[in-house]
Amino acid sequence: MSLLVTCPNCGPREVQELRCAGESTRRPQSTPTQRELNDYLYVRDNEWGVHREWWFCRVCEEWFLAERHTYTNEVSRTWHPEPA
Amino acid sequence: MTRLDPHPGELIDRSTELTFTFDGKPVGAFAGDTIGSALYASGRRTFSRSFKYHRPRGLQCCSGHCANCQMTVDGQPNVRVCVTPVREGAVVIGQNYRGSLDRDLMRVTDKLGGPFTPPGFYYKTFIRPRKLWPLYEKVLRGVAGLGKLDPNGARGGRVEVVHEHAEVVVIGGGESGLEAAIAAAARGDRVIVVDEGPAVGGALLADREGHARAAELRQRADEAGVEVLAPAIAIGLFEEGFVPVAHGDTLVKIRASRVVVAAGAMEQPLVFPGNDLVGVMLADGVRRLVNLWSIKPAERAFVVAADDRGLGAAADLEAAGIDVVGVLDLRQGQPPNIEARGRRSRVEAFAVNGQVTHCDLVVMSGSPQPNYKLLAQAGARVVYDESRGVFVPTDLPPNVEAVGAAAGDVGEPAVPSPVLGHQGDKCFVCFCEDQTTKDLKYAIAEGFDSIELSKRYTTVTMGPCQGRLCHVNSIRVYAKTTGLDENTIGTTTARPPHTPVTLGLLAGRPQEPVKRTSLHHRHEELGGTMMWTGAWKRPHSYGPDPGAEAKHVHDAVGLIDVSTLGKLLLTGPEAGAFLDRVYPNRFSDLKVGRIRYGVLTGDAGRIMDDGTVARLGDETFYVTTTSTGADAVYQWFTWWNAVWFMDVRFVQLTGGVSAINVAGPKARELMARVSADDFSNEGIAYLDARHVRVAGVPCLALRIGFVGELGYELHFPSPHAEHVWDTLLEQGADLGAAPFGLEPQRILRLEKGHVIVSQDTDSESNLLEAAMPWIVKNDKEFEWVGKWATQQVADRGLRWMLVGFESPSGVVPVEGAQVVVRGVSSGRVTSVRHSDALGKVIGLAIVPSELAAEGARFLVQVDGRAVAMRVHLGPFFDPAGERLKA
Repeated sequence: MSLLVTCPNCGPREVQELRCAGESTRRPQSTPTQRELNDYLYVRDNEWGVHREWWFCRVCEEWFLAERHTYTNEVSRTWHPEPA
Repeated sequence: MTRLDPHPGELIDRSTELTFTFDGKPVGAFAGDTIGSALYASGRRTFSRSFKYHRPRGLQCCSGHCANCQMTVDGQPNVRVCVTPVREGAVVIGQNYRGSLDRDLMRVTDKLGGPFTPPGFYYKTFIRPRKLWPLYEKVLRGVAGLGKLDPNGARGGRVEVVHEHAEVVVIGGGESGLEAAIAAAARGDRVIVVDEGPAVGGALLADREGHARAAELRQRADEAGVEVLAPAIAIGLFEEGFVPVAHGDTLVKIRASRVVVAAGAMEQPLVFPGNDLVGVMLADGVRRLVNLWSIKPAERAFVVAADDRGLGAAADLEAAGIDVVGVLDLRQGQPPNIEARGRRSRVEAFAVNGQVTHCDLVVMSGSPQPNYKLLAQAGARVVYDESRGVFVPTDLPPNVEAVGAAAGDVGEPAVPSPVLGHQGDKCFVCFCEDQTTKDLKYAIAEGFDSIELSKRYTTVTMGPCQGRLCHVNSIRVYAKTTGLDENTIGTTTARPPHTPVTLGLLAGRPQEPVKRTSLHHRHEELGGTMMWTGAWKRPHSYGPDPGAEAKHVHDAVGLIDVSTLGKLLLTGPEAGAFLDRVYPNRFSDLKVGRIRYGVLTGDAGRIMDDGTVARLGDETFYVTTTSTGADAVYQWFTWWNAVWFMDVRFVQLTGGVSAINVAGPKARELMARVSADDFSNEGIAYLDARHVRVAGVPCLALRIGFVGELGYELHFPSPHAEHVWDTLLEQGADLGAAPFGLEPQRILRLEKGHVIVSQDTDSESNLLEAAMPWIVKNDKEFEWVGKWATQQVADRGLRWMLVGFESPSGVVPVEGAQVVVRGVSSGRVTSVRHSDALGKVIGLAIVPSELAAEGARFLVQVDGRAVAMRVHLGPFFDPAGERLKA
């Protein structure tokens, strides 16, 4: 990958300055079945299209979320998460 | 040397002579020559042997596109010598032959050729009998590939990586590229031009009359402040204007707001029998020889062309005094049969419908194709312009433009028809892979009727030229054979790299960033043998006997630099609650001034890291991690809190805080000499954390016992590290205070059965099977990270267990040695050492859980035999922990 990703703090950065931690996931709220746990741990959509992903900026050392198109690598939006 | 009289456009400097060797013999050259031009000038005509048939091949394109001139230069194989400038003393050798370049024994494959080497021959032939595959493999490996790398040879030259940022990058420094660059620079933009030629000018340089215009453009570009990288090749074009460029031994990574592709045209060969004979060249290839390097390429030339550049070549050849004995302009009609004839693989005649003209050079020029390769790789669509027979790029990616010939401006060439169903010599479509029209028709007949399938089956376009000279012709052969039109057949997917590139260049400059602690030079002064641990350099030991160094800690007092430990400060009202969530055990109930061991797992239940957690205040916790885990744990904690938003802050202290562990029965006596604080059991008990002053320096003292002796881990600001270290050694001299390294520490912790995460655990290890069930506290209100997976391990039952063992026979297995149960590999030894203190060999191993019983025996594979080991549960040394708590 050679894209630029805009850290909400640091602006556009080379992808090497960041760490992509993959699709954002939803942790089960209560004790999951084995299948539910496996889905949460290992199964990712990885679909053609826009994904919501976690990124870590090695410059400011903060996490942020990004919407990235898995085919074009276009990052349409990045933002710091807000409390639910 | 056979050179023409000097003329104004030539690149050579006749006043500067250089010498290199080819196959051991000296070759003269002028400054400005390429290795290829100098060899040609010296009379060499055969430059390589073809991939499969070992046919002699000579210069064809003289522009670095074809593979005909690949040689090994200074140990690096597959260098295109036609574009490689001569270096004084360079060592050049030919490749892909048995014998010599001029007499290659493997040529026999061409003579036997035909029936034995159609596409798919290898797949079909060498599959049975299966038993013979090892023999087949040995033979085939010997003949496969081009060039040789010396596996024992030193790594090639040092490579560098440079990052550049520009408003505009122009790929191709020909006429239209330079005009675009000058226009952009005039607007004040930073502009970089990347050109693969020896000098910018592109096709102008090949033209005998073009040098004045090229010089004028060069000067204007210079004045406008245009930066030029040449000879340099853009190896790909990626999203958001990212263009990596191979520039000699440097990989230049350019990030530009706009990319202008002005890559010009790719000359195309014509498809006729004998089109690969030595002496059959592309029009601009010949023109470069004549105009750039003033070489007389032949006595009698025949020109066959579908466009103007063929005629331009004829004119240039005549101007240089070469006899042009015939010109066939395909725009005025295409004879059904054209053929080059040769003797000993050198062209000696050209025949048109059987009418033979003798010549020693055939100049061919098919319809030139816009050089769309880079654009196609970047995502542009390529469509066929039927009237002109050229593929033109459209739908360019954002912020990418194409100009000049690359955009389709290649004039009005004829659409040359490949010669099919001929007699006579082979008729090549793909020179790199030795694929003929016959091979392609054979593949179609076998059912490989899509161009993508045919590509994979025949390997057409997959050779070093990456389709530059064969892509379009293979589509034409397809069209003619199947009756489909070119747009229906389509083009094959273009992928990076756009041009062959060495792995070394992609790997970049070898970088081993080293982290050193504040005490690094002290360790060196004390004779420490430094070793890598992750990115850190740490002392392995300070003398020849790590065992004695460990024993000394039991007998007196030792110091070890543990500054590499990850150190995080967590503050906030919910810091304790946060730790309860990420650790299996509980920290919210930890009393201020107390320490608890913690192990981190993910939700998959696998052990990630471990360390100690000290509570320094109601809302303040000091967390240590393993030496390699500092960044990962920081990211892990902050990631969870980016979800949870608990009221807790995280400070990474690893680099700013140094730490020294003072351990041994005399540690307390030593501390009393360097500190006014109370280091007794009343002042600081086992697993207490206290703020103290040591040698005047404010320290956090953690009383923990990784090495199994009374010990104080002192954490303090890094600038004081030498002062604290020196004071401890000086004041403890008569107590025997001495440094100990990582290896003695490994012995000491093993005596206690203490685990090193990622040494004694792996990516499959969980808390229960790593023998830490006591750490799991499931009565917390929150579902701690890893709880569910750990519970599932408990539910399914334990399969493995990490246990201690002794080697009764004294045999020392290697770490990683297999545990064998009933002849089956069942676990492994994770750590093993000889303990001087215990006088025996001890270790840790992962064994089947049923063997996790005191005294159980199991076998370990040692040098091909099974050696019995005896399980020991719990610490080997000081099992009651009396020394820790002394």
